[in-house]
Amino acid sequence: MRVNPVAKTVLQRLGLGLITLFVVSIIIFSAIAMLPGDFAKATLGQAATPETVAALQHEIGLDRPPIERYFSWIGKMAQGDFGSSFASRTGYRRTVAEIIAPRLYNTMFLAVMTALVAVPLALGLGILAALYRNSWFDRLVNTVTLTTISFPEFFVAYMLAFLIISRDTFAGTDLAQSLPVWLAASIDWTLNVVPKFPTLANISDQTPFWEHVWRAALPSITLTLVIVAHMMRMTRAAIINMLSSPYIDMARLKGMTPMVVVLRHALPNAWAPIVTVVAFNLAYLIVGVVVVEVVFVYPGVGQLMVDAVKSRDVPVVQACALVFAATYILLNLIADIISIATNPRLLHPR
Amino acid sequence: MSESEYKLRIAKGLIGSGKVSRRDFIHLGLAAGLTVVAADQLFVTAARAEPQQGGFAKLGMAHGATTDSIDPAGYPDTFSQTAFSGAMSNSLTEVDAKGGIQPDLAESFESSNGAKTWVFKLRKGATFHNGKSVTADDVVTSMRYHMGADTKSAAKPLLASVKKIKADGPETVVFTLDSGNADFPYIMSDYHLVIMPSVDGKADWASGARTGAFVLENFQPGVSTKLKRNPNYFKNGKPYLDEVEFVAITDLAARMAALSTGEVDYIGRADLKTLGMLKRNPKIDIIEITGYGHYTLPMNVTMAPFDNPDVRMAMKWAINRQEIADKIFLGHATVANDDPIAPAIKFYKNPEPQHSFDPEKARHYLKKAGLEKLKVDLSVADAAFAGAVDAAALIRETAAQCGIEVNVVREAEDAYWDNVWLKKPWCASYWSGRATADWMFTQAFAAESSWNESFWKNPRFNELLVQARAETDEAKRAAMYAEMQQLTHDDGGTIVLVFNNFVSAKSKKLAHGDVAPNWENDGLKMAERWWTAEA
Repeated sequence: MRVNPVAKTVLQRLGLGLITLFVVSIIIFSAIAMLPGDFAKATLGQAATPETVAALQHEIGLDRPPIERYFSWIGKMAQGDFGSSFASRTGYRRTVAEIIAPRLYNTMFLAVMTALVAVPLALGLGILAALYRNSWFDRLVNTVTLTTISFPEFFVAYMLAFLIISRDTFAGTDLAQSLPVWLAASIDWTLNVVPKFPTLANISDQTPFWEHVWRAALPSITLTLVIVAHMMRMTRAAIINMLSSPYIDMARLKGMTPMVVVLRHALPNAWAPIVTVVAFNLAYLIVGVVVVEVVFVYPGVGQLMVDAVKSRDVPVVQACALVFAATYILLNLIADIISIATNPRLLHPR
Repeated sequence: MSESEYKLRIAKGLIGSGKVSRRDFIHLGLAAGLTVVAADQLFVTAARAEPQQGGFAKLGMAHGATTDSIDPAGYPDTFSQTAFSGAMSNSLTEVDAKGGIQPDLAESFESSNGAKTWVFKLRKGATFHNGKSVTADDVVTSMRYHMGADTKSAAKPLLASVKKIKADGPETVVFTLDSGNADFPYIMSDYHLVIMPSVDGKADWASGARTGAFVLENFQPGVSTKLKRNPNYFKNGKPYLDEVEFVAITDLAARMAALSTGEVDYIGRADLKTLGMLKRNPKIDIIEITGYGHYTLPMNVTMAPFDNPDVRMAMKWAINRQEIADKIFLGHATVANDDPIAPAIKFYKNPEPQHSFDPEKARHYLKKAGLEKLKVDLSVADAAFAGAVDAAALIRETAAQCGIEVNVVREAEDAYWDNVWLKKPWCASYWSGRATADWMFTQAFAAESSWNESFWKNPRFNELLVQARAETDEAKRAAMYAEMQQLTHDDGGTIVLVFNNFVSAKSKKLAHGDVAPNWENDGLKMAERWWTAEA
């Protein structure tokens, strides 16, 4: 029986994905078990006395052996119950699902918002750079994007925040005093052209949609600057690679314009590597934005996970890790499906 | 500043308290070279320092985690302490801006039987946010929440000396202590010991109904907390603000940026390194208070070589505290003298002589201990206090000049309090300080305390500690505390490096009276005490 290659890949990958998630959960659980201290000690800190630590450990079940705790957790997990955070107390249950859900929404919001700007921008720039390769435009785009990707993301983030602060304070600085008046005035004017983006992106579940967009602007710009170069360079390289093939020469000889050659002939065959890189960057937008979240105080999953690791809140760490792992698996799966779907040789194997 | 200008400045301060009339003030202004109109304007601005009602403040806290809860057994850091304890709740007593003790939810308190029995009378008409009036039963249940074998409260050791609590009628609570404690009302001001409603004999913390100036509106752990004014608050006219929002901004640079751009009106724990930039901003004020908190280097006196008092003394003379205060804390710290009692605390007496960097004295004591050279390990991590690792590096340099080789061991920040503190012979530690000498000594120096970080068991000290606690004669008490401070200075195993200043910053939109030194954020009570300067 012939199985559709797409369906086959999906089933195979989902199966492997489940095994991966299982392995990830074991690794995370044992890694946290190996860290010094536990939730009770971390919460009570310097104020911990042996009796209060023991009482707290008993309440959250930390006095049971780790293997027993792991299996009871995975047992519930298999039934779709993420369990409760260790921060729960009798009569005050905080489920992991209710802790993660709003954070995940925020992270997804930021990721989608950034992707909507960054992916078309990167593809567009990449195509144009390929079309006008080795021109001044190509060089400029390359220089700028490579510069922004070369700085660590926290540096880009702080520089953007500094720019916003400078709107108000530049005129009073020693630098402004020492510059000629016309120069200082024009710098001041330029700074004030930049909209006053909020440096504090702390949003809540009551924040209206457009205010959410507005507050998330700086984190989103930072992330865009960080990821555009990678996708843009891959698009450019993949297309240029295609442009040396004989069928492209054929298209040119038929008298087609360079734009049509790139869009109609080169691009369809270049999708596979581009999509892989785009998927990789989208995954980064979800799982790797901890630093940007911290700098702009954006309540996403990354910050939640760091918090949870610090306080040894194992159920939350586990859930975050699984969400991250699942994101990677799914995005890579989607990338592969697109690669297959855009390649007739893979779609209709003989 | 000329004399008349100086008088003008003083007078401006007096206007707020209504002690200078407009006419007198304008006279002074004219003498200082102002026009009548300008002086009049100045009067109006200064008079506005009077608290006014209304407004909203967004307060940036240096802490906050997703594991935070409104459970008073916890309150690990300034976010939960300032929002849930300071703004939403009341303890029986509170510490005022001068470090004195005042009744809070209690109306009055008095002791008898050698300070062994304490009677607290509750305020009449005080209610919880859910409308229920506060009774003595609520107080008893709230205290019991932190006591007993199965409590998970960090405040358990505070109440260890309480033998019995009993409600005597609906408005009176009687505490019976194991031994006399003249400072017991100070302990009742602790931020854990807030009064919660009693439901079926259990303290109901989860509902969030408390007695304080603000009512919980919205809480997102690790992100923010919104509170609105309690219209039935029992303190007249307070609070001034209609609404406050506490925001968790743990990143230092993010905090500074948030205040600079006006996103928040206040930030706790400003960045000392970039404080100059904030100072240049005309819309921002810096608030600096020498609190009770101090950074220490406890030496375990039960382990060699620190079991020898002369070695401890040599170490105390081998450290350049002034240099540490200047270089590590950039001047935002006050040099300490191996005495954990802060200058602002009652019964403080600076022991003689001031320990400073003196290689000759250090060598002298080393020789007295029969040693020519000494090699010790100092275990540090910035988890103890920010700058601990750098301070240790400075200590290594100065100690080397005294013939003491200090090997700085950099420990993991994670679980520092668990694995290093009270375990390694010499390490770094931090105390946020306590409001009374007795409280501080009992927790960190008493022989039987589980936090006696240097394991120091000086018989005379412990004898005095018990005596002074029950002594009601002020002069005798002062003499005893002076002797105890001298003992920790001379014989104790804890090197007290510096008292740290609370450095915070606020927008000029917020105004406040004298700032309390007992905890950060105006004794945690900023929400209740502060107001907006603009209408």
